[in-house]
Amino acid sequence: MSEHSPFDDDSEVAVTSESLRDDLLDAYPKKTRRKREKQVVVNHKQADESGLVSLPVIGANTRTIPGVITQRGCSYAGCKGVILGPTRDIVNITHGPIGCGFYSWLTRRNQTLAPTDEHDNFMPYCFSTDMQDENIIFGGEKKLAKAIEEAYELFKPKAIAVFSTCPVGLIGDDVHQVAAEMKEKLGINVFGFSCEGYKGVSQSAGHHIANNQIFKHVVGEDNTKRGKWSINLLGEYNIGGDAFLIEDLLQRCGIDLVATFSGNSTYDQFANSHMAQLNCVMCHRSINYVADMMEKKYGPPWIKVNFIGAKATAKSLRKIAEYFDDQELTEKVEAVISEEYPAVFEAQEIYKPRCEGKRAMLFVGGSRAHHYQELFAELGMKTIAAGYEFAHRDDYEGRDVLPDIKVDADSRNIEELHVDADPDHYRGNDRAKAIERERAGYKFKEYDGLMADMPEKALVIDDINHHESEELIRRMKPDLFCAGIKEKYAVQKMGVPCKQLHSYDYGGPYAGFQGAINFYKEIDRMVNAKVWSMIQPPWSDEAKQNAPSSSSIRRDG
Amino acid sequence: MTLLRHTSADQDVQREALTVNPAKTCQPIGAMYAALGLHRCLPHSHGSQGCCAYHRSTLSRHYKEPAMAGTSSFTEGSSVFGGQANLLAAIENIFTVYNPDVIAVHTTCLSETIGDDVPQIVEAAIDKGLLPEGKMVIHANTPSYVGSHTTGFATMTKAMVDYIAQSSGAEKIRDQVNLIPGWVEPADMSELKRLVKLMGLDPVTFPDTSGVLDSPQTGIHEMFPAGGATVDSIRSAGDSCHTIALGPICSGPAAKALFAKCQIPQTTMPLPIGLKATDRFIMKLREINGGFVPDEIMTERGRVLDLMTDMHQYFYGKTAALWGDPDQLVSLAELLITLDMIPKFVVTGTPGKKFYKRMGEVLGDHAQGCKVDQGSCADMFQLHQWIKSDPDKVDLLIGNTYGKYIARDEDIPLIRHGFPILDRIGHQHFATVGYRGATRILEQILDAFLDRQDRDAPESGFELVM
Repeated sequence: MSEHSPFDDDSEVAVTSESLRDDLLDAYPKKTRRKREKQVVVNHKQADESGLVSLPVIGANTRTIPGVITQRGCSYAGCKGVILGPTRDIVNITHGPIGCGFYSWLTRRNQTLAPTDEHDNFMPYCFSTDMQDENIIFGGEKKLAKAIEEAYELFKPKAIAVFSTCPVGLIGDDVHQVAAEMKEKLGINVFGFSCEGYKGVSQSAGHHIANNQIFKHVVGEDNTKRGKWSINLLGEYNIGGDAFLIEDLLQRCGIDLVATFSGNSTYDQFANSHMAQLNCVMCHRSINYVADMMEKKYGPPWIKVNFIGAKATAKSLRKIAEYFDDQELTEKVEAVISEEYPAVFEAQEIYKPRCEGKRAMLFVGGSRAHHYQELFAELGMKTIAAGYEFAHRDDYEGRDVLPDIKVDADSRNIEELHVDADPDHYRGNDRAKAIERERAGYKFKEYDGLMADMPEKALVIDDINHHESEELIRRMKPDLFCAGIKEKYAVQKMGVPCKQLHSYDYGGPYAGFQGAINFYKEIDRMVNAKVWSMIQPPWSDEAKQNAPSSSSIRRDG
Repeated sequence: MTLLRHTSADQDVQREALTVNPAKTCQPIGAMYAALGLHRCLPHSHGSQGCCAYHRSTLSRHYKEPAMAGTSSFTEGSSVFGGQANLLAAIENIFTVYNPDVIAVHTTCLSETIGDDVPQIVEAAIDKGLLPEGKMVIHANTPSYVGSHTTGFATMTKAMVDYIAQSSGAEKIRDQVNLIPGWVEPADMSELKRLVKLMGLDPVTFPDTSGVLDSPQTGIHEMFPAGGATVDSIRSAGDSCHTIALGPICSGPAAKALFAKCQIPQTTMPLPIGLKATDRFIMKLREINGGFVPDEIMTERGRVLDLMTDMHQYFYGKTAALWGDPDQLVSLAELLITLDMIPKFVVTGTPGKKFYKRMGEVLGDHAQGCKVDQGSCADMFQLHQWIKSDPDKVDLLIGNTYGKYIARDEDIPLIRHGFPILDRIGHQHFATVGYRGATRILEQILDAFLDRQDRDAPESGFELVM
């Protein structure tokens, strides 16, 4: 590894981290620099006398600066693409011109497995109203109503959801009214989402809108009682089969998984989800709203879990067992962990020496830039820079800062649902148990965020853009860059492997114990691939200088 | 397990409003692709940023290459009050940070619905001094609720003429022809240029994505790769002696604009995919070059014919289902007909009634037995229903990656052709136009049929030589 990594804890190098930040920012026009300054942060952690560590403040969840080549997508992507897309038995109709539906058609790898061919699975289909100019001029409500009817006649789903795209809000189509009328007419649940692409500043607004509507229209429909250790898994989307591995672990522990929001999920699971005793939140950003609303309305508390990384998985399973505080469950959980761990150790013995000391950068969505640091740590790899596309300050700095966050003008129109306790179905028992546990030191609703786990003086960058990524790579020469499809090929052209942590590069699963092993192998493959040593042709001077060096393209700078 | 288990032959719901599994996408991605065929150009999406992210992602998944573009990143405020401030900020940031020579702005359904006037905003940018010396901003209006991705490609290609091409007033350059290649792959653009050069002519090719979306791994990321039509070359298109526009949908508007602006005579013809279409392309060039065809081209043509004669037994009478873009489909259908195959089902989501006429011409006597559909609700769900309701189904599928779901369910081999191809590589490196391209398509068809015969043959009939 480099002897001059800019976050090493000595004063001389500390300047490097700050000056690198300056260099990133100096490329901008003044106004742009002022905005980006707040979002590019050196992770100085300051401990006060009592040992309490405070983190730097980061600017996050603010509007994207035009023209900088952001990684971000839109509210529709966050709502339809992320949260509702993975549910196999709801017909999702995109109300808009054809593009939005087309691009979100099978491009996120949220796998699903219906038990038989008789069960609905609409995920290989793309449904759209394909709005034309006359629909923009005269309105698209009639076409939408007709499309819902046609979808019902053809597919007979148990529910139909409608997703608004940019022009829908502008021309004033009332999708909720149309949905309500069609619900009445068809006798199935039909509901709409006002997730126009311009809402909020990123995918994040879409998450919130999706949370609200699924909570309002589906959660709570089915009051069937659940088993003694019942949980929901919130914010796990079964990319590459992650949820399948987690489901298997939970099942072997005897834990009753009521619903996953929303990997490998069905409508009925959502409808019954409020009957679970505990909510376990994986992706804090996308689903904390449902967790909070469910607690207020029905009583079950929520905890943060993480099934990315073997250690994190074991810790999360134990945390669930601890909540239920039942000897039988604790034993089962320990048995599963002991069954799984030998293979993990074996794999670590092989792969850790091959990856140890290498340096990674992670710039992904709203949760993985944090979660995957645990996996890299298991390989002895360091995370030297990280950030999110669209997370909020609480995802960076921890939920303690929530009271300090001001909602700005761009996000003010995202509805906050007012939720009261349900007089018939609020379960005081769950609440009482939570209070009792909390007194005993058990932590609910706790999330410390990404920065707490990052090394001192590492760069934390919100809404990173192409310029900043390229500059970081050129200056710091990481061994691995983690991002998405838009970044991947530019990064690799620079001679640095790029792991897609959205699509997993069509591999995975990476969750749980088996997933961790898959990930170790994959990272070894990437950072030690022969290809990186062959980029310079043998007739170039640079190649001659570097000829006898290791298989990775270490170029200390 | 059946992937498309809800598709059945006997659903007789007449759809008017619901599109299922579209055989098209929206305009801006075509404009983005075209703009990438301009040297040192950064495409820019004037709308909310989700569009730009989706379009870049799709191009990157198709090419396994970076696809750079900026966006105006509209918020709710700009959607109400207009996106002028956003575009001005974008122009300043892009020239300061990324330094392209040209920004090619396209619009989305958002900025089109609110009615942003891009040329007026660009004027404002010039007034504010945001355009550095020698740099330019061109634009195309690409409302997603009109036409399809091919329309966006055509409009941005036409914008290159409107903004850049100029007649210098001197005499037309005798050997210089404008080649507007249409929406084809980088290797196709290279192949077309090669043919024009072999015919002794100097092609001005635009857009030209060769050298952009097939760039090499060198250890250096070039924000603006070596390829792309230069502004200077497009400017000189106004002095060429002729314009050949391949594919009326994608290239026709630019050729017409060039005629109107610089009085360059133009010929709009089908994409030279297959023997006959390539013959016509060569004949046109022969007309311009004074009447000669080099031996090399004769040989290439002869090789395709040789393949057709040698392997005719495997092609004869086989049926295929095709979906994709009109310019591609017309030429592909003709190619199949020349092999004595039957393009039984043909679907495009791109609207435009002329498609029926063009398909009718190439199908000729076969038109009776074939089903052709276009426009909204002419989608892959419809196509799949046709296949399912035919007792013989079809022998071959030709289209983009989304066909793999039908291919697996119905156990029909798929040849990936068109846009997007998300699950294979090679399409940008191997041309399908010209005689060489025809050879490649014939090889792909044969591979599919012979693999199938090998797989299905009884032990006793398993052949070594085919």
